[in-house]
Amino acid sequence: MSNFSVGFRSSNSIKVLDLQGELDAHTASELEAAIQKCQDEQHYHIIVNGRNLQYISSAGLGVFMAYIEEVREQGGDIKIAALQPKVFNVFDLLGFPMLFDIVETEEEALSKFHDAHEEG
Amino acid sequence: MARSTYTLTIPSSTRFLEDARQFVETHAQEAEFADTAVEQFKIAVDEACTNIIEHAYKGNEDHHIDITIIIDTDRFTVRIRDEGESFDPTSYKEPNLMELAKKRRAGGFGVHIMRRLMDRVEYRTRGNVNEVRLTKFRNAEHRRNGDQA
Repeated sequence: MSNFSVGFRSSNSIKVLDLQGELDAHTASELEAAIQKCQDEQHYHIIVNGRNLQYISSAGLGVFMAYIEEVREQGGDIKIAALQPKVFNVFDLLGFPMLFDIVETEEEALSKFHDAHEEG
Repeated sequence: MARSTYTLTIPSSTRFLEDARQFVETHAQEAEFADTAVEQFKIAVDEACTNIIEHAYKGNEDHHIDITIIIDTDRFTVRIRDEGESFDPTSYKEPNLMELAKKRRAGGFGVHIMRRLMDRVEYRTRGNVNEVRLTKFRNAEHRRNGDQA
């Protein structure tokens, strides 16, 4: 019985993944499947909403690592929004803010995608 | 305060990581560690057990992992034992985030996280038993083996 789930929403051409529960080596495959699904459907503008994510270990962080380059090569991005402080601390510990666009709210992530689209 | 010890044995499967985290959370809270420290214990124990499952036991779920919490007046130690392939900490290379992203590699962060979150991370192997000890001191003066500023 997994205590982790991923919900899908769309905002225009942007996919929003709502993470809920605890992301560890057992549940990381569910996030992997969710990001893979976005890719299969050729959605490369992805926002991960971490408002209800209670926990993350390095196995969870590894999923983001495995996909970010490929998504960016397709002209997209994975933006990470609304992390709880205790979860953000783990991202920060490994230097993820250097590599990923981590923002405070989903709205901010959406507007960054829109701004990039208008500039492009 | 006398020394207290608590033990949990889990099968070598990621399904039981949550149980390991809950076990350490319960006792770290009882030992009156701050929420931040409790969270750090949960992550460190998770990373240690994940490494044992994936590397020492190579994904074979038929083994077990023994987790013992030792609470002393000045410190809280989690001792984790396995009987799989031993880990040589001297062979460990700190991961480079940018390089891993380029290679689309996902792993190698566990040891780094444990070392960052705990005051001491010690590995030893006796016979066919490997042990990692994760320790946090109550008094900040003991932190990082005494080598902090």
